[in-house]
Amino acid sequence: MQANVDISNTVSLQNGAKLFINYCVSCHSAEYMRYNRMAKDLGLSTEMVEKNLMFASDKIGDTMTIAMRPDDAEQWFGVRPPDLSVIARSKGVDYLYSFLNGFYVDPSRPTGVNNHYYPNTAMPHVLWELQGLQDKHGDAHQTSSDGEMTPVQYQQATRDLVAFLDYVGEPAKLVRYKIGFWVIAFLLVLFLVACMVKKEYWKDIH
Amino acid sequence: MKSVIVKNLLGLRDWIDERFPLMQLWNEHVGQYYAPKNFNFWYYFGVLALVVLVIQIVTGIWLVMSYKPDANFAFASVEYMMRDVEWGWLIRYMHSTGASFFFIVIYLHMFRGIMYGSYQKPRELLWILGMCLYLALMAEAFFGYLLPWGQMSYWGAQVIISLFGAIPFVGETLSLWIRGDYVVSDITLNRFFAFHVIALPFAIAGLVVLHILALHHVGSNNPDGIDIKANKNAQGNPVDGIPFHPYYTTKDAPAVVALLILMAVVIFFAPEMGGYFLEHNNFIPADPLKTPEHIAPVWYFTPFYSILRANTVNFFMVPAKLWGVIFMGLGTMVFFLLPWLDKGKVRSIRYRGWIYKTALGLFVVSFLILGYLGLLPPTPARTALAQVCTVIYFLFFLLMPFYTKWDKTKPVPERVT
Repeated sequence: MQANVDISNTVSLQNGAKLFINYCVSCHSAEYMRYNRMAKDLGLSTEMVEKNLMFASDKIGDTMTIAMRPDDAEQWFGVRPPDLSVIARSKGVDYLYSFLNGFYVDPSRPTGVNNHYYPNTAMPHVLWELQGLQDKHGDAHQTSSDGEMTPVQYQQATRDLVAFLDYVGEPAKLVRYKIGFWVIAFLLVLFLVACMVKKEYWKDIH
Repeated sequence: MKSVIVKNLLGLRDWIDERFPLMQLWNEHVGQYYAPKNFNFWYYFGVLALVVLVIQIVTGIWLVMSYKPDANFAFASVEYMMRDVEWGWLIRYMHSTGASFFFIVIYLHMFRGIMYGSYQKPRELLWILGMCLYLALMAEAFFGYLLPWGQMSYWGAQVIISLFGAIPFVGETLSLWIRGDYVVSDITLNRFFAFHVIALPFAIAGLVVLHILALHHVGSNNPDGIDIKANKNAQGNPVDGIPFHPYYTTKDAPAVVALLILMAVVIFFAPEMGGYFLEHNNFIPADPLKTPEHIAPVWYFTPFYSILRANTVNFFMVPAKLWGVIFMGLGTMVFFLLPWLDKGKVRSIRYRGWIYKTALGLFVVSFLILGYLGLLPPTPARTALAQVCTVIYFLFFLLMPFYTKWDKTKPVPERVT
């Protein structure tokens, strides 16, 4: 599935941040991402983040760590939930989007769900309240229990979440396109000047 | 009338010149170094390699300021650089992009040398110094790739070091000695860091100086492969030569800017280059207990990796793995022999016959196919193709004394065209 994320859309990133903090950061850390960096990049005030988006820490300069101990996690889930700081860079946004949309009911699994894109994943369907439960992957009409969101809303929500993960993977992405444009514009002008200098010096060489 | 500032600067120059051969060095290597006037596109890559080297050294210094060569902190320190260090992401991308561009530029530079016979007498030593630089660069890239301590860093190093284990009798001891441990570990990381930031940059810088000194001693070759020193004017300067400065300084400047533009496109818009410059799996921290399904070296090593994998048959009582290591080694070293394998009477491809042109064309195609195959997991068909290409690769060198002798060459003009 195509994620089609747009990280220049701040509203989408803010919504993704909300979902990420509320649903993911209880088990997954993002140990290289700082709360205050997120606040600055997403146009949120420090107070707003401290009040609404910080459950695992009380210092705005902290990174997004979790309280769950790795040994406990391994006992409860069989694996340690991976850190999500650079997950979008190793797995790609399309995979993450597909994964979040790929849960379906499978009574043979301890979590009651399985995933079409990561068979036998240890992760439960954390967003089931929002999506509802699909009987079969890809069949939106066959949801056995309806979620709070329509299928279209759920897709948009997971897209926002993945966009946020894309941003978390590389916060510099928000600025590097803009800077790159000016750097290349400058170099193109320099190139023209250098070519003119060369032409002037070489006019007597035959 | 000269201004006071100019007068003082000239005074300073003369003061230095009485105590240090400043003007002599300048004239010998820049101001009065006569280069053929017919350099074409292919002659940019020497100076471009120098520019990339400077970029790598300068960005490298700043990277070391934030990097921690410790198995527990290396991966995190790179992410710290990407996020918390001012402009750290730019410095890191310049360095990672620079590594790939270094190889692009060097491969084109080497191809130029082969195409115009620049290794022929009297430039054999110049060529050998260049080949030493190429090997040092490969070592530099290999050591540097371990430092981010991602999965590909770790397992790539593990695979390459274990190749030494194929050498009979001493192999296992040798790979143990290189790693300093039974697996790639913190100890390995620390020594690779030392090699990457001190030993090899030092060796490369020294070799570059020798390479340029040798070049300026024998003079540059040119696309016609003509000796410009054979035609001198009354002042003793080559008629077909022009001083490096201002002519080639002004001609190289736009090429340097063009290189910077290409690098900027990658740095700012595609730093991962679709996973070829920065591999996706290298964003997973190194895990000694989890072997990735598909371990591939970075693109610039893949031709030789393909040659390694193409050896699947045990013969002469030597296991296939050892043959792979032997041929991979020969594949990189065989370039050293070019000055003596080439029995042609002309230097430049412009005056060679169809046999040489075909041989060089086949060689380039097989090199590119090997490089492409090295990126992919092997299948029987791909291995067969790699074997064919490996044979062509080595036949180019093995048969060179014969086909360059038999080839019908064209007459070389007296003056450059």
